[in-house]
Amino acid sequence: MAQHKINYTQDGGLPVALTSIDKIVNWGRSNSLWALTYGLACCGIEMMASGASRFDFDRFGTIFRASPRQADVMIVAGTLTKKHAEFIKRLYDQMTEPRWVISMGSCANTGGMFNTYATVQGVDRIIPVDLYLPGCAPRPETLQYGVMLLQKKIRANHASKAQKAKRLM
Amino acid sequence: MRAYIPKDDVQAKAYYTDRYYVAPQVPKSEVETDEVFASDLEAIKAKFEVKEAFIQVEQMVVYINAHDIYGVLELMRDELEYTQLSELSAIDWLAKDNTFEIFYQMLSMKKRKRIRIKYFIQNGQAVDSVEKLFRSADWSEREMYDMFGIEANGHPFMKRILMPYDWQGHPLLKTYPLQGDEFASWYEVDKIYGKEAREEIGPEIRDTARVDRYDSQRFARLGFEVPKGTEITGEEERNVDSYQEEEGVFLIKKLNKETSKIIDDPQR
Repeated sequence: MAQHKINYTQDGGLPVALTSIDKIVNWGRSNSLWALTYGLACCGIEMMASGASRFDFDRFGTIFRASPRQADVMIVAGTLTKKHAEFIKRLYDQMTEPRWVISMGSCANTGGMFNTYATVQGVDRIIPVDLYLPGCAPRPETLQYGVMLLQKKIRANHASKAQKAKRLM
Repeated sequence: MRAYIPKDDVQAKAYYTDRYYVAPQVPKSEVETDEVFASDLEAIKAKFEVKEAFIQVEQMVVYINAHDIYGVLELMRDELEYTQLSELSAIDWLAKDNTFEIFYQMLSMKKRKRIRIKYFIQNGQAVDSVEKLFRSADWSEREMYDMFGIEANGHPFMKRILMPYDWQGHPLLKTYPLQGDEFASWYEVDKIYGKEAREEIGPEIRDTARVDRYDSQRFARLGFEVPKGTEITGEEERNVDSYQEEEGVFLIKKLNKETSKIIDDPQR
């Protein structure tokens, strides 16, 4: 017999939580968003700062991975040149479903200040984007906010249904 | 208003004209005013034909014949102590007289002097590579080929250096539009998805002055977003950002903004 009184009906009393499949799957997905290390330009510095101790992405479960096969979210941080466009597509294809893309900063959103022949005018010409973060470069707080919004977006999905794969076309 | 220029054949001919103020040339002085340069020029003149030579901004500029370049640079490196080739590239004069001006910026650390060797080539003509003399010419000549389409004979790896290998056109030519030609604007779409995807993906939006009708209605009012079509009075209530749904999130403690501590001091 227990020496102390346990109220089994109160919160935390039983080591059991009742929920739906949707919620538990989405809880897992949204709180272990492993991000692909993908700093292309100066936004990459802000992305690194977000991962480092002051802003500490680990507490959101966002851990940077060096391999697209282990990553759930691709944070495109910086200017995408036309020469590099094929590689972003290849890395995106190597990520497993379900996968998400955050376009970070003006250059990734629209080409930004680089209105030239060598810059892709927005990564959404190559891959489908879930979230656009404005700024040049966005502060780590913006990226944190973006990740939290993405978590909210993931939680809105129905995990039990087969998710429709995102395609640009 | 600026005069209208037909842009149909913009690829074929130079659009470049001196529309704006053209700064006057920096004054040139005689080579004889500097002993070191004068003796260097004598040494070059003894073996090669020199078309023109002068001093500008304390640097000597020497015009030679295109076929002499290897010999001149060899002489300068081995006998005149100009041991470094700091830069090598071309200037586009196609609009003026269908020529390129090639320059080689030389530096002597011992004499503390810089000499610029220059010559003209016709459009389509190749230059002699000096990669065997100076390793720095390797990448410079590749860049010159990439940007202007001027090939260097005798170069070990005459390929593009900055642009992709399958790129068409040479971006530093004055006839090349800054925002890219037809090939450039569809490059990534054609390469990744194929030409048939052009219609679906659509052309690039390059108008920096483009205003979307939703820009000022939706995005410019951070924290005070209103539904579309609402008249803005300036007395809207602030929308408190919420990262979590109303009913809370499974297994995660609900964040309460009112009770949470907000750190005001950024230097904490």
